[in-house]
Amino acid sequence: MVLEDKEKKILEFIQGDIPLVANPFQELAKSLDISEAEVIAKIKKWQDSGVIRRFGAVLRHQKAGYNTNAMVAWLVNDKMTDEIGEIMAEHPRVSHCYLREVPQDFRYNLFTMIHATSQDDLAEIIAHLSKVTNVKEYNILQSVKELKKTSLKYV
Amino acid sequence: MDDLDKRILDILQQEYPLSINPYNDIAIEVGITELEVINRIRKLKENGIIRRIGAVIDAKSMGFHSTLCASIVKNDRIEEVAKIINARTEVTHNYIRNHKYNLWFTLTASSPEKINGIIAQLEDLAQIKVYSMPAKRLYKIRVALEMGDV
Repeated sequence: MVLEDKEKKILEFIQGDIPLVANPFQELAKSLDISEAEVIAKIKKWQDSGVIRRFGAVLRHQKAGYNTNAMVAWLVNDKMTDEIGEIMAEHPRVSHCYLREVPQDFRYNLFTMIHATSQDDLAEIIAHLSKVTNVKEYNILQSVKELKKTSLKYV
Repeated sequence: MDDLDKRILDILQQEYPLSINPYNDIAIEVGITELEVINRIRKLKENGIIRRIGAVIDAKSMGFHSTLCASIVKNDRIEEVAKIINARTEVTHNYIRNHKYNLWFTLTASSPEKINGIIAQLEDLAQIKVYSMPAKRLYKIRVALEMGDV
């Protein structure tokens, strides 16, 4: 994607934490010598084209009450991956679902990130997903420690 | 965090009003003043519940590639190895997990070749073997979590 200078500035601005004020786009618009409506139209355009996946609040799940999170890797037959991937993706507590190339000694090829409010809640979600997909072999990779969590700057 | 905070969080995550006065729009929707909405959001930020408000950019449409990496690191070397890995800006997440593969991190760069180059450098610098697990299919990515379930 080729960006003009003003577009770059807008993208840079919205990649960060926008100011918590009544008119969050006012100062940026002023500095770029365009209207707030133009800034907003640009953001909406990027939303429609998929450059922006979502606009809004990004939460710290742990602090928001989802304090038990796990990466669960499932062993899924190659012929079933799309069907099962779609079922897992539909679950509201699954935030990420990917089919991955994995090393031979790992085997579990379908990855889900699951967010739960307790260990019991997590166990229930996993049991449910296992039941509805009939995938019996999986590995619960719970994080012992977070060593880094950032977002990449694209401009 | 009360029910109104949760409702505001749901709106902020899922249907942030892209307008000139977004917090006034939310105020009208939930039936409090704009100032009260802003004050509640400020508290949610101070408490660390809201990390930030802004855009979540799609790495792929910006021409970026990423992979999930795993490594087997002896416990007494984890800190040292993590330091080397975390020093790279291309590494966005890094966790110790309860498995034989105990160190899991994500790498994002502008091409698969760059990713492979970074992996080779990390293997050399940290004296570890890195297993890359690139995605073959994507079924879902980071949808907002409903606050009503908390």
